[in-house]
Amino acid sequence: MRHADFLQFFQDGLFTGTLPPGVTARAPDEAAQRFAVYRNNVAHSLSRALAARFPAVERILGAEFFAALAPLFLAEQGPQNPMLFAWGGGFADFLTGFPPLAGLPWVADVARIEFARGEAYHAADAEPLPPEALSQAAADAGRARLALHPSLRIVPSRFAAVSAWAMNQPGATPAPLEVNRPETALILRDRRDDVPVRALGPGDATFVAALQSGLVLIRAAEAAATAEPGHDPGAILLSLARAGALTGLAFGETA
Amino acid sequence: MTLPATPGIGFKPEHFAAIRETRPDLGFFEVHAENYMGEGGPAHRTLEALRADYAISLHGVGLSIGGSRIDRDHLARLKRLVDLYQPESFSEHLAWSSHGIYLNDLLPLPYTEETLALVCDHIDEVQAALGRRMLLENPSTYVLFEQSTIPEIDFMTEISRRTGCGLLLDVNNVFVSCTNHRMDPRAYLRDFPLDRVGEIHLGGHAEEELPSGPLLIDAHGTPVADPVWALYAEVIAAAGPLPTLIEWDNDVPDFPVLMAEADRARAVLTRRVAHAAR
Repeated sequence: MRHADFLQFFQDGLFTGTLPPGVTARAPDEAAQRFAVYRNNVAHSLSRALAARFPAVERILGAEFFAALAPLFLAEQGPQNPMLFAWGGGFADFLTGFPPLAGLPWVADVARIEFARGEAYHAADAEPLPPEALSQAAADAGRARLALHPSLRIVPSRFAAVSAWAMNQPGATPAPLEVNRPETALILRDRRDDVPVRALGPGDATFVAALQSGLVLIRAAEAAATAEPGHDPGAILLSLARAGALTGLAFGETA
Repeated sequence: MTLPATPGIGFKPEHFAAIRETRPDLGFFEVHAENYMGEGGPAHRTLEALRADYAISLHGVGLSIGGSRIDRDHLARLKRLVDLYQPESFSEHLAWSSHGIYLNDLLPLPYTEETLALVCDHIDEVQAALGRRMLLENPSTYVLFEQSTIPEIDFMTEISRRTGCGLLLDVNNVFVSCTNHRMDPRAYLRDFPLDRVGEIHLGGHAEEELPSGPLLIDAHGTPVADPVWALYAEVIAAAGPLPTLIEWDNDVPDFPVLMAEADRARAVLTRRVAHAAR
């Protein structure tokens, strides 16, 4: 048997329980029990890795439900490499397409928030701009482009996903929630290496997304005012600066 | 650049504060390479701080050296870490963990002429990419393979001879595998090429009972077992002092519990040095 065939048989056996050809033991009738150690290790460790990646989803669905769900996701989208913290980019879509969860469509957005937090935690580092940069940018808002920290993520939701996420954090207590209202999550790794999640109003959400897409300051502010009449970007800009999320300033022609 | 022949501990982030505060007398910390493969963030700052005070053993768990091929992207990530942190040692396992998907376990392979050549090719590739000699660790195994034609020790010795790699002797793995396959661990250690060993691993195992006798599982969630300590002392008596790692990856206790294990290894190492000086 070629080695590649052996690997395929062994891997298939881990999921189906079929004993791969050639697997034996000193007491050959114990081969299956011994092979089961590998089956259990793989199933358990990957299920726990997924739960570690999506703890709020696990809490919402319950450990038992999650443990039953994990192998189904694994069979569909197993980790592509050993960096388990990067596994699960498709988990939210998987949850959306999982019929038993059709009544809880907001859970997928909680998964999106958790995945974005993990990405933010491991994202590249970038030096925050000095405090005076903000006034320099404001003074030439028609040409100023602000670069945002590589960890910054925006997760829009038609549901109150940020609130659902927050009340399923360690130490928090879930309470009745009107989920049918939109919330947009802002996620970033701040100066203290915390990765808070905050809900943005429509103006702030549009403004940050516009900055992230590379619009000059004045165009981002206009887009935000369209989304939320009377919106003033001053507060969100200051808050981004304090968190260390403004990491570059360039001046160029209006786009 | 080598690890000092003193005790080291497998690094857990939850111990970082205690380590910074107490500056424990340890020769090195060992880190799992895959945990530091993100582009940035606090994990890197932690490793940087650790590296400033201690020798580092970079220990991979996902290179899948016993698989059908080496993942070039993963090797590139490993190279970045080696270049960034200049660890005193890089080690990996005689095992496989990926075949299309990553299975998050150290899986066994048959020992044949085909797999011998394949593993040697992979180690050549890794050593060439990293520009350094690596250590290869003996596995804990629960099954045997009918297709195996080469004893594990001969397999590892030949790999070391062909590729120039060093060996990482996990004494707990020797005890686990030998118990599971009803072999004598002392015979295994007697035949093991100790002159090629660059590091020792010591960890705890769990025990189950099968009709034919015990089945030991390499669980790394308990103290090192007494029979493993006894074997370790015999290895050190025969080989001289070697860098010795305490591994504890599950149900991780407070740092002083690990230090107590490290001190037990230190006592064995010190006794050997004193003996040699007489």
